[in-house]
Amino acid sequence: MDQELRELYQQVILDHNKSPRNYHEMEDRSQEAEGYNPLCGDILHVYLKVEDNIVKDVSFQGSGCAISKASASLMTSIIKGKTKEEAEIIFKDFHDLITGKLGENSDENNLGKLNVFAGVKEFPVRVKCASLAWHTMRSALNKEDKKVTTE
Amino acid sequence: MSSKEIISMISKPTLYDVEKIRSDFPILQTKVHGKPLVYLDNAATSQKPITVITKAQEYYSSMNSNIHRGVHALSQVATEAYEMARIKIKNFINSLGKNEIIFTSGTTESINLVAQTYCRANIKEGDEVIISEMEHHSNIVPWQMICDEKNAKLKIIPINDEGEIIFEEFERIITHRTKFISVVYVSNSLGTINPVKQIIKLAHQNNIPVLLDAAQAVNHIPIDVQELDCDFLAFSGHKIYGPTGIGVLYGKINLLDSMPPYQGGGDMISKVTFEKTTFNELPYKFEAGTPNIAGVIGLGEAIDYVTNIGIDNIALHEKFLLDYATEVIADIPGLKIIGTAKEKVSVLSFVLDDIHPHDIGTFLDFEGVAIRTGHHCTQPVMDRYGIPATSRASFAMYNTKDEIDILIKGLKKIIEVFG
Repeated sequence: MDQELRELYQQVILDHNKSPRNYHEMEDRSQEAEGYNPLCGDILHVYLKVEDNIVKDVSFQGSGCAISKASASLMTSIIKGKTKEEAEIIFKDFHDLITGKLGENSDENNLGKLNVFAGVKEFPVRVKCASLAWHTMRSALNKEDKKVTTE
Repeated sequence: MSSKEIISMISKPTLYDVEKIRSDFPILQTKVHGKPLVYLDNAATSQKPITVITKAQEYYSSMNSNIHRGVHALSQVATEAYEMARIKIKNFINSLGKNEIIFTSGTTESINLVAQTYCRANIKEGDEVIISEMEHHSNIVPWQMICDEKNAKLKIIPINDEGEIIFEEFERIITHRTKFISVVYVSNSLGTINPVKQIIKLAHQNNIPVLLDAAQAVNHIPIDVQELDCDFLAFSGHKIYGPTGIGVLYGKINLLDSMPPYQGGGDMISKVTFEKTTFNELPYKFEAGTPNIAGVIGLGEAIDYVTNIGIDNIALHEKFLLDYATEVIADIPGLKIIGTAKEKVSVLSFVLDDIHPHDIGTFLDFEGVAIRTGHHCTQPVMDRYGIPATSRASFAMYNTKDEIDILIKGLKKIIEVFG
């Protein structure tokens, strides 16, 4: 496999695509949002349970490519237990990572496992795939009453 | 042997030397990610032969001037080249006269033109417009817009699992309130060739005009508007090896005559005063403003190129490619073809297990293979099959059996990674 392609489709991403974590509808959710990528028709639902400013639980459902599914899956495991403010900071760092605005060295950021998405920056058309879940999560977090779209 | 038999023998399609054709298309020498380009996204846009590229360049380097108005030499040369292209298109689709050929920016504008002129003038509250379930968004939205404006109803002819129009349903939904029918000749996402002659026949028995969206048909099927008896026909230059930004609307002369103009401006008038404007004759009534002159001249050249090779010969080559691809792709485990109509052009849409088409598209790109992935601007078709997207390989006159083998090899590699 080509090196650039290997960077994009890292084993962790392939694994989360195959067995996404927290992939279910949440019965006792406190808030939710729907994200839509008109470019490919992908739709994603993100469910949150927020108590005392803390994301107690998070799950998702929907269809998407490996990048978007793995991104949603990893997001759910990272966000759980974080405060709203912490989630916002991670969102910003993640966005900087996939658009090439953040240093690649994982010691320099707090993204941990999310650094597997560094390869996305070489694929500008796939940035929306990686960020859809995050935009949707943020909309749910802020209880914005509108459908999120990447366009 | 009768003369008829001799003619049919002479005109019988023959397989051509594909390598010779490939040498006419400079872009086919390109490398993508270090691999030779395998261009299988022809239903999105076709590549251009050198003659088309040179012709458009020639217009800018030796003819550039505005048409129809100038008395100077350049303007006359450009006007002649522009109008010559119109005659080539008239002959190509066998319309009665060159005044039935209107230049637009593409199929989309051609359809919008009819919706905003003929239909705005003729559709009233409670009337009905019929389209099919397999339309491209460009043959859905213009009708939704005019139906919303007029409080008219948009009715849909459903398709079956193979991706064919259910004709009995069409017979059922057509009523005395149906005032217009607009259907796609060939589906861009399924490849289906629709029974348009039958559709037109039934429509005309009920005095309903029919528009054919021929964007995906002109490059695959010989078109004779008189034989089809369609009232309007729309297509784009860039799908038939011509430039982008240029398209054609054919309309029957009596209908075009009766329609109000589309856009107002220069060239579409014969006399303007502040009290009253008299509109120009056909086809200029519908060509306001300075048109895409290089595009028109380039399209004329593309029509020449296709005519020289012969659309029947192209169709024969493409059928060979489609049959081969359909056969070998079926051997890939977990692959399902979407669109299995009996009558098809060389478009192959498929889904592969639960591997998303965008991942397939990115992987194939690294093999040099360009295919289309997504909903192909036919979201209702995706909904019909309960899928978000497909991968689509579409073959043109210059594609080869070897290129299909590269596609298949690429797909097998993807299965290994995602498996």
